[in-house]
Amino acid sequence: MALTPADVARLAELARIRLTDDELSALAPQLDVILDAVAGVAEVASADVPLTSHAVPLTNVFRPDVAGPSLAAEAVLAAAPAAEDGRFRVPRILGDEQ
Amino acid sequence: MNELLRATASELAGLIGAGQVSSREVTQAHLDQIEAVEPRVNAFLHVAADRALASADAVDAQRAAGEPLGPLAGVPLAMKDIFCAQGMPTTCGSRILEGWVPPYDATITSRLAEAGVVILGKTNMDEFAMGSSTENSGFFVTHNPWDNTKIPGGSGGGSAAALASFEAPLALGTDTGGSIRQPASVTGTVGVKPTYGGTSRYGVVAMASSLDTPGPCARTVLDAALLHQVIGGWDPMDSTSINAPLPDVVGAARSGDISGMRIGVVTELGGEGYAPGVEQRFAEALEALQRRGAEIVEVSCPSFDYALAAYYLIMPSEVSSNLARFDAMRYGLRVGDDGSTSAEEVMNLTRGVGFGAEAKRRIIIGTYALSAGYYDAYYGSAQKVRTLIKRDFDAAFATADVLVSPTTPTTAFTIGERVDDPLAMYKADLCTIPSNLAGNCAISVPCGLADGLPVGFQVMAPALADDRLYRVGAALEAELAAGWGGSLLDQLLGSPAGAYLEGALR
Repeated sequence: MALTPADVARLAELARIRLTDDELSALAPQLDVILDAVAGVAEVASADVPLTSHAVPLTNVFRPDVAGPSLAAEAVLAAAPAAEDGRFRVPRILGDEQ
Repeated sequence: MNELLRATASELAGLIGAGQVSSREVTQAHLDQIEAVEPRVNAFLHVAADRALASADAVDAQRAAGEPLGPLAGVPLAMKDIFCAQGMPTTCGSRILEGWVPPYDATITSRLAEAGVVILGKTNMDEFAMGSSTENSGFFVTHNPWDNTKIPGGSGGGSAAALASFEAPLALGTDTGGSIRQPASVTGTVGVKPTYGGTSRYGVVAMASSLDTPGPCARTVLDAALLHQVIGGWDPMDSTSINAPLPDVVGAARSGDISGMRIGVVTELGGEGYAPGVEQRFAEALEALQRRGAEIVEVSCPSFDYALAAYYLIMPSEVSSNLARFDAMRYGLRVGDDGSTSAEEVMNLTRGVGFGAEAKRRIIIGTYALSAGYYDAYYGSAQKVRTLIKRDFDAAFATADVLVSPTTPTTAFTIGERVDDPLAMYKADLCTIPSNLAGNCAISVPCGLADGLPVGFQVMAPALADDRLYRVGAALEAELAAGWGGSLLDQLLGSPAGAYLEGALR
């Protein structure tokens, strides 16, 4: 199944990446080739094979519930694209009717 | 010739500890070398000269005061730009993080500081560690010190190039699909991917969290072991860190005793697609190991044929999730915020401008593989292949103590050669990927030249048996050096191609 530039645009919007028309037409055939090459995994993935999500067996880890030092607000805000009154300033998050 | 640049990290630490040379002299010599060869190599994104000299002075003062020094105290190191170091810019090779200065240290950065290791600066890499050539850096391309028209490998091409051009005796990398081992292979240096969970990921910018493994890079097996010992071990700040003691990697590197060891050649990692020169050097390395008393056996791991496909589904899936954090809100680049544009649109614009082509490709593949309707066929199947690969490893390690293969199928390719063919680029990681999927450890050690370019020999060992890598690596290194009358990099320095390095070494 060939991916069209429109399919790629849809996926890119889902991933919150705005692509130019040139990028869309370059990416679509490349992604096709890659997806074709990886589709082979289905050949050996029979129903009786369990899934592995992690190389090592994982159990959830908790730290002791003890207060410790944390970063100063100024240190964190120093890296912010925009800050105001000791807080992150973000772009508009509500539409006109909200 | 400045012997301080040719010296190993182990030798430098000995000289500094004995007061025969100061860490400042050693550090300054490397800063001078960086200045001399960077125009041709381009390994560093950021050189922190003042900070490095201050760290060196601190070690010298400690020694003068009679305080005990760690095994690598005062020795300079080049750090891949994926590790957070307070006060030093961390870009991960991406424009989206340009100018970001982390407010905290990675656990590994803290351990280096405690050990007195001197950080020279941050090295170039493929954007967010995605690539096999360092051509995907958002800033510039790094050149292979052996031939400046060739790639230095990736994603850790900057760290490997810094070692091979004698800009640093130690370096750090991260290995998600081969990003430590493949650059080591194509630059004639040593690179180790430790057991997953054996080195902390805290403060290391995440690419694919179930695969990412920080590890040591060096010019000798012993130096890599010494660095491994400094950075390795349990970290409560990393939820996937293994709470078990690190095996005696330094002892193993010093011993190099492989008599009676069973070494398994993986049938599937050779043949079609492998350069004849690479296969030839690999065969000679096997003979060298036999001379040292190892027994060579052949093992088959049929599922490895599907490793690349599984990897290029699992990794992008994790990438698409991990890179969602670059949303232009709390740090990093923000584009199009004119007061009326919505937050969602600012994210779209910022990520469209801030990410390079490979990051976009992988995020979109991951988004596709995880989407409803495709999840089972793609991501689910890939996870099953991961199980099969683990089983193949388990079976192979039941008959062999370690497994071996070439590190990568070819020598360094030409810059620009594979940029428009992602699949050809991905194949550089054919031999390294299985160990990332299974979580076991692996090393790349130089095993000679093919057409004048380095070839790497990969050794894979079971999880938590990292010491076996160093045992075999040290044996091979010693046996080959005896035949060559020196190290592989000595051959670069002795050739016209390496004259530009030699000039600065005087």
